[in-house]
Amino acid sequence: MSRDEARAAAERAARSSYGKLVALIARADGDLASAEDALGGAFEEALRRWPETGVPENPEGWLLTVARNRRRDMWKSAAARTSAPLEDDSARFDPLADHDPYAIGDTRLELLFVCAHPAIEESARTPLMLQTVLGFEAADIARAYAMPAATMAQRLVRAKRRIKQARIPFAVPDRRAMPSRLPPVLEAIYGCEAILWREGDGEAQYLAVTLAALLGDEAEAWGLAALTTLTLSRRRATGFVPLEDQDPGDWDATLIDEGEAYLRRARPDGPPGRFQLEAAIQAVHCDRRRTGVTDWAALETLYAALLTVAPSLGARVAAATVRGRIDGPEAGLAALPAEAESFQPYWAARADLLARAGRDTGDAYERAASLADDPLVAAFLRARA
Amino acid sequence: MRYTLLFHYHEATSEELGAEAMEQGRQAMSSYAATLQAAGVLVGAEVLHRSDLSTTVQVRDGVAQVQDGPFADTKEQLGGTAVIDVADLDAAIDWAKQAPAAQWGTVEVRPGATYTVEGVWTPNK
Repeated sequence: MSRDEARAAAERAARSSYGKLVALIARADGDLASAEDALGGAFEEALRRWPETGVPENPEGWLLTVARNRRRDMWKSAAARTSAPLEDDSARFDPLADHDPYAIGDTRLELLFVCAHPAIEESARTPLMLQTVLGFEAADIARAYAMPAATMAQRLVRAKRRIKQARIPFAVPDRRAMPSRLPPVLEAIYGCEAILWREGDGEAQYLAVTLAALLGDEAEAWGLAALTTLTLSRRRATGFVPLEDQDPGDWDATLIDEGEAYLRRARPDGPPGRFQLEAAIQAVHCDRRRTGVTDWAALETLYAALLTVAPSLGARVAAATVRGRIDGPEAGLAALPAEAESFQPYWAARADLLARAGRDTGDAYERAASLADDPLVAAFLRARA
Repeated sequence: MRYTLLFHYHEATSEELGAEAMEQGRQAMSSYAATLQAAGVLVGAEVLHRSDLSTTVQVRDGVAQVQDGPFADTKEQLGGTAVIDVADLDAAIDWAKQAPAAQWGTVEVRPGATYTVEGVWTPNK
């Protein structure tokens, strides 16, 4: 077996089981940092040994065993040092002592609720999920946030220290607590999706679907599963093409069917929540594949509902664009929110509506381009100016 | 008559203080606890983790708001303390939500770092 094959096998194991293994190693004492160290060491060892020995029958079990041994070695050396802090008694117990490495349950769910715990700083939740559940490097996460690597690393270290020392439990909240605990988890997964989508990466979608399936009947979780699946069905192959100019033949029909099925599984007790409405909006767009036209009236109804449950600047701008299609670009311009001068979608929508109205677009395209964080989007807008 | 002594001090890290100062502090706290214990006046004492490990809980109109970090509202002053021993932060937050002060003020949930048992400092776990 070649080094490349071993690397590919280790990477596959990493992607599919990283969060599960981290959660399993860390759940007893809440020490994510040391779990990640041990697991990172196990992956290195896999890359070294698998080319000679072949990929083991159960790569997850192999990685877990090696990580466990590495962690035990770390404790031993810490206990051997006379300078070991008095309060550190982690050497006394092995969280995996009784665990059968060949029967790994899904512990990722618990880890999701740890990462998006209300006691964790809001801005750290998505980065923490990207790192501990999905296994992305702190440096890559920092780049996605256009933030210095050291700042992001510090934020992650602080959050992990808090998880360990304030003892945030590795547990799925009970039904009573779910209404307050689930929304931040969905928000954080949605944050992962927004960052990974551009790379065409389906990890956040996988996470959303796993969460919905494990929770069973949480309507908003199915809404997010549907939203991320439908969005993924339109992942771009090359360059940037606005939604309306995309050829539905390029979309992934299997993912669209899957997303629609998830949306049907969302059966809310009350009015549909934000993610179900956003998924329904995506479903309307995707339906152009079947009908050949966009149902603007359906979109207007859905945006009106979205604005009542989750009024955001983005939804107001999008609703104005829809209005422009139904009642003409002048009506769309009048419906644009006023206080959105630094909001990129505002300038993109304004430029488009001005162009459709046959009016001078002024510097609208340039302003939209300069606010775009995606160079492909910026290039597209500048070409239209 | 029972009093709670609230120790306020600059929150320095162990790196800032240095090993020597940390050790001196630890010894001073040990002998202080032992002295109080010997005098028969000690109910319990606790050294808390730094305030950046705090979680705050407020209940407004029956809705609990749980946030990371210590409260920043300087109009609120420390008015009481309770020491509880529970499994994890979620259990502590549940008790904090039931505290009367959560209705009119803010309850800060701070993990203890070390506390006395029979006058001897013991790590929290």
